[in-house]
Amino acid sequence: MNASEILTACCKDSLLLSTFALRHETEQNGISEAVIRNRFDRMLTVMETSAAEARQNPVRSVSGLTGGDAFLYEQYRSASLLGETVSLAVACALSCSEINASMGKIVACPTAGSCGIVPAAVLAVSSSKGLDREKQINALLCAGLVGQIIGEHACLAGAQGGCQAECGSASAMAAAAVVELLGGSPEQSFDAAAIAIKNSLGLVCDPVAGLVEIPCIKRNVGGVVNALSAADLALAGIHSRIPFDDTVDALNRVGRQLPTSLRETAMGGLATTAAGIQLAEQIKQ
Amino acid sequence: MPVPSLFDIMGPIMIGPSSSHTAGAARLGKMAYKLAGGDIRRVVMYLHGSFAATYRGHGTDKALLAGLLNLNPSDERLRDSFQIAAEKGISYEFIPTDLGENVHPNTVRFVITDSRGETFEIMGSSIGGGQVVVSEIDGMEVNFTGERPIIITAHQDTPGVLSHITTLLFERDINIGDMRVTRSREDKSAHMYIELDSLCGQDLTAAIRCIPGITRVKLLLPIEESDVPGKENP
Repeated sequence: MNASEILTACCKDSLLLSTFALRHETEQNGISEAVIRNRFDRMLTVMETSAAEARQNPVRSVSGLTGGDAFLYEQYRSASLLGETVSLAVACALSCSEINASMGKIVACPTAGSCGIVPAAVLAVSSSKGLDREKQINALLCAGLVGQIIGEHACLAGAQGGCQAECGSASAMAAAAVVELLGGSPEQSFDAAAIAIKNSLGLVCDPVAGLVEIPCIKRNVGGVVNALSAADLALAGIHSRIPFDDTVDALNRVGRQLPTSLRETAMGGLATTAAGIQLAEQIKQ
Repeated sequence: MPVPSLFDIMGPIMIGPSSSHTAGAARLGKMAYKLAGGDIRRVVMYLHGSFAATYRGHGTDKALLAGLLNLNPSDERLRDSFQIAAEKGISYEFIPTDLGENVHPNTVRFVITDSRGETFEIMGSSIGGGQVVVSEIDGMEVNFTGERPIIITAHQDTPGVLSHITTLLFERDINIGDMRVTRSREDKSAHMYIELDSLCGQDLTAAIRCIPGITRVKLLLPIEESDVPGKENP
């Protein structure tokens, strides 16, 4: 299954990507649309909580290396450069990621390390535009569909494809979701997803001390801002000159070309900087 | 990779920070709990590879123990598992070690002691995205992923035991997916591992227990985690 085939099917029957995703899942796995919606509804509830919790009360990670930033940012947010929607998305992404690092409850989407991007984009845009729950669930279905294509033709794990496979994929999923949320076409969703991947290609997975904290938490912020700007371009009618399926192919090839040291092993990049090594030593004690 | 399901991408709902080091660890702990029949007084966990290197920061230790307390990977009490174990009088220990060259980097060996003082060993790995596999039960090589029911027996190494069991399965119209038999020549004891294609009831284990030569039977049903959207039954 690729974007080009999905677009043909959507165009033929005037389907939204979320409708296609629902029908496809029902056909493949025999789960009724009502059950799928119900499960997504539960995921949305967990997302809402994790996107809010660390903004309201500071949390610390298990290692003690990170925490408190979602709270700090929320205090500052009214003065943010970014405006209400984007600053809210940044705050939500920080919150989900900090909740994850503190052994709180999150929805892996597609992974735990990138769990802040899709919820932050969908919740922030819905909040500022006053969109209902059904639309939010549709957006999550659309995000899932984009992730399915990436999972089939590339990969979604940092250990396999670097951070581009985790935060890059999440960013593409979020970008497509926001386009559908705001009434854009399936084609525009894939344009947005393509742009988001193009802006994430080559991103390495280099976690300090091998933990899902530094730089993962802030990469979720980068991921959601990337997603929102990609969605904005697509909604303006700007096309990606490289189609989505080709960007997935590039992501796959770049992932394979990344050395092991930059694929979640903590043997390169930020993990082996002077500060990274020092932080890793610090938590051993 | 084949086309993943929507629920492979979105979800599971889990306790962070890592699907392999936390959610997978909790799932392995829960499998060990089920295999031990829920009767655990003490457990020593030997951690290998990345589990050994990062278990504190990923909460792998808390998650493994939480699973052994029968908590799901999405249960927020995961982070309080040390305290819950202490309240239940279950003692535990984590020992970083090297389980060998060809062992998956996220592997744990549980040595469980029950209330009768019997010990039970299980080795399993977290193989990515929260998926797990149990590779060894009491020294017997297995490949148990928690998706299908399995039966494990200890029996005397005498003719007829296997045919007795397969007859019982045939009578219930249950197909065998995988089957292994190992034995120790010294004490004429043998172990058997049978993976079933369909569900069976406790009456089957009762019937197996009656077969002459059988000394122990364990039935392990698929691991259900109703709080995990991607994992529940439709």
